[in-house]
Amino acid sequence: MPNATLEQKSGGSTALAVRGLSIFFGEREVLKKVDIDIAARAVTAIIGPSGCGKSTFLRAINRMHELNPDARMEGEIRLFGDDIYSRGVEPVVVRRRVGMVFQKSNPFPTMSIAENVTVGLRLNGIRDKKTLTQRTEEALTMAALWDEVKDRLHAPAISLSGGQQQRLCIARALAVQPEVLLMDEPASALDPLATQKIEDLIIELKKDYTIVIVTHNMQQAARSSDATAFFYLGELVEYGPTAKIFTNPSQKRTEDYVTGRFG
Amino acid sequence: MTANNHQWRKAKNVFMQTLTFVCAVLVILPLLLVFFHLVYEGASSINWAFFTQLPKPVGEIGGGMANSIAGTFILIALASMIGVPVGVLGGVFLSEYTHRKLNWWIRFAADIINGVPSITWGMVVYALIVIPMKGFSALAGGVVLGLMMIPLIMRTTEEVLQLVPNGYREAALALGIAQWRMISQIVIRTALKGIVTGVLLALARVAGETAPLLFTAFGNAYWTHKLTEPIAALPLQIFNYAISPYDDWHRQAWAGALVLILLVSAINIGVRTLTRDRFSKRGA
Repeated sequence: MPNATLEQKSGGSTALAVRGLSIFFGEREVLKKVDIDIAARAVTAIIGPSGCGKSTFLRAINRMHELNPDARMEGEIRLFGDDIYSRGVEPVVVRRRVGMVFQKSNPFPTMSIAENVTVGLRLNGIRDKKTLTQRTEEALTMAALWDEVKDRLHAPAISLSGGQQQRLCIARALAVQPEVLLMDEPASALDPLATQKIEDLIIELKKDYTIVIVTHNMQQAARSSDATAFFYLGELVEYGPTAKIFTNPSQKRTEDYVTGRFG
Repeated sequence: MTANNHQWRKAKNVFMQTLTFVCAVLVILPLLLVFFHLVYEGASSINWAFFTQLPKPVGEIGGGMANSIAGTFILIALASMIGVPVGVLGGVFLSEYTHRKLNWWIRFAADIINGVPSITWGMVVYALIVIPMKGFSALAGGVVLGLMMIPLIMRTTEEVLQLVPNGYREAALALGIAQWRMISQIVIRTALKGIVTGVLLALARVAGETAPLLFTAFGNAYWTHKLTEPIAALPLQIFNYAISPYDDWHRQAWAGALVLILLVSAINIGVRTLTRDRFSKRGA
C-alpha cells in the first residue's frame, strides 16, 4: 500500500482524516483499507474506472452508504477531529455537516426555487422568515444562480434548465452551511457550457468549503482540483497534488489510467 | 412468395384486427347499456322531491331518497376516517421501510383480503360490532366499508410511492433531514396526486357496496340522528325498493341506481382529471 498522506500546503489544515476505511456490501469488499487525508478549503478529485469504489468512498463520508441495509464499515473517518462513526453519532448530524450534490440534478418538483433552497433549514426547524430569505439569497449567490432567478424565486424549480437545476441543488446543499461539500459527478449530465459554469463555481467555492468531487472527466479533475486520488478495484492507488498525478505519477496504473490506456 | 400468399396474410390481418376490435367494444357495451337503461327508466323519477324527501309509507305515492343519499355520504365519510389513514400509512410502511420478509407477508395478506367477497366482510363486522353493540348501526356500516378500503388504498399508495425517484429521498437525507420528515414532506408530497387518486378509486368502489351493509348499516326509512342507529344508504334503498311489489318503488329504485352510478362516475372523472395533471408542470 502506498502511503497516501498528502503533503499539506502551507496554512492548510486537514478536513477529513480517513484511516483503514473498508466498506463491505454483504460479503463483497468494495473499499479496501483506505488511508487518506483531505485538505480543508481545497478541491480534492476522486478518479478511477467504474466500480472502483470512488462513489462508495464519497458516500461513506456522509454515511449515505448506510442506506444499503447490507453495508458494513471498518476503520475511522474524522471530520475536523470528530469521529463521525463513533457510537451515538446520528447520521443526520453528520449529513448536516457534510453536504452532497448528485450526478442527476434532483430539485424537489413540488417546491419553488426558493423553497428548494431553504428546505434543509425548514425541515430542520428553522422558521424565521428573515433568516430564510437571507440564506436564500446567500446560497443562490454562492451557487452563481442569484442573478438568473432573483425575479422568479417562486416559480417551480423544475422550470429551470438542467444546468440551472444542478446549481440550484448546489445552493440547496450550501444553504444548510455544511463544512464539506461532496459532489458525485456533478456535471456529467450537463452540456459543455453548463459544465464550465459548474467548474468555475467549484473553484470559487473552495475559498469557503472543503470540496470532494468524484469525476470521470480527466480534464475536469485536472482543471479544477488541487489534489487527486486514484482508486482502482477498491484500493487507493495513488494520492497527491493534481499536477503531479497528471504529469508525473509514481504508479504505473495511475499513469495508464490518466493517459487513457485503460478504464 | 406468391401474390396469393400475400392476399391471404392480408385477410388474416383484417380478420384479427376486427376480432380484437369487437372484443374491445364488448367491454364498453355493458357500460353503455347500463347507463342508457338507467337514464331511460330512472330519469323521469328524478325530481326535487327525490333529493329532499323521506320515503313515503307503503301504499303512498311519491317521497324520495334524501336520507339514503345523506346516509351514503355519512358512511363514506366514516369509512374514510378508518380506511384513509390506515391505508396510506400502511402503504408508506411497505414502500419506505425495508423489512423484506414482513413486507412480503403484508402484501400477500392485502392481496388476499382484496379478493375476499364483500358479504364476508359484512358477516365479520356483524359478529365483531353489531352483536356486541346489540344492534345495527351507521358505525358498523362505516367500519365495514373502511376495512374494505384499507387494502385497496394500501396497495395503490405503495405503488405510487415507489414511482417517486430515489434521488429525491437521497437528496433530502443528504441535507440532514430526518427520515420521517423526508417521507412526509417530500416523498408523500411528490406522490400526493397518485395517493388521492387511489383513495378516490377506493371510495368509488365501496360507495356501491350493498351486501356488507345488509348486516351492518341495515337501512332506515327516516333520518338517522345517532351513529349507533341504523342508517339508510343508496345501495340498500335500491335493493329494498327493487324487490318490493310496488311500481312506484321500482321507479324510485331506477332513479336511485342512476344517482349512484352518476356519483361513482363523477368520482372516476375527477380521478382522470387529477391524473392527467400529474405530468404537467405545477403553477407556482
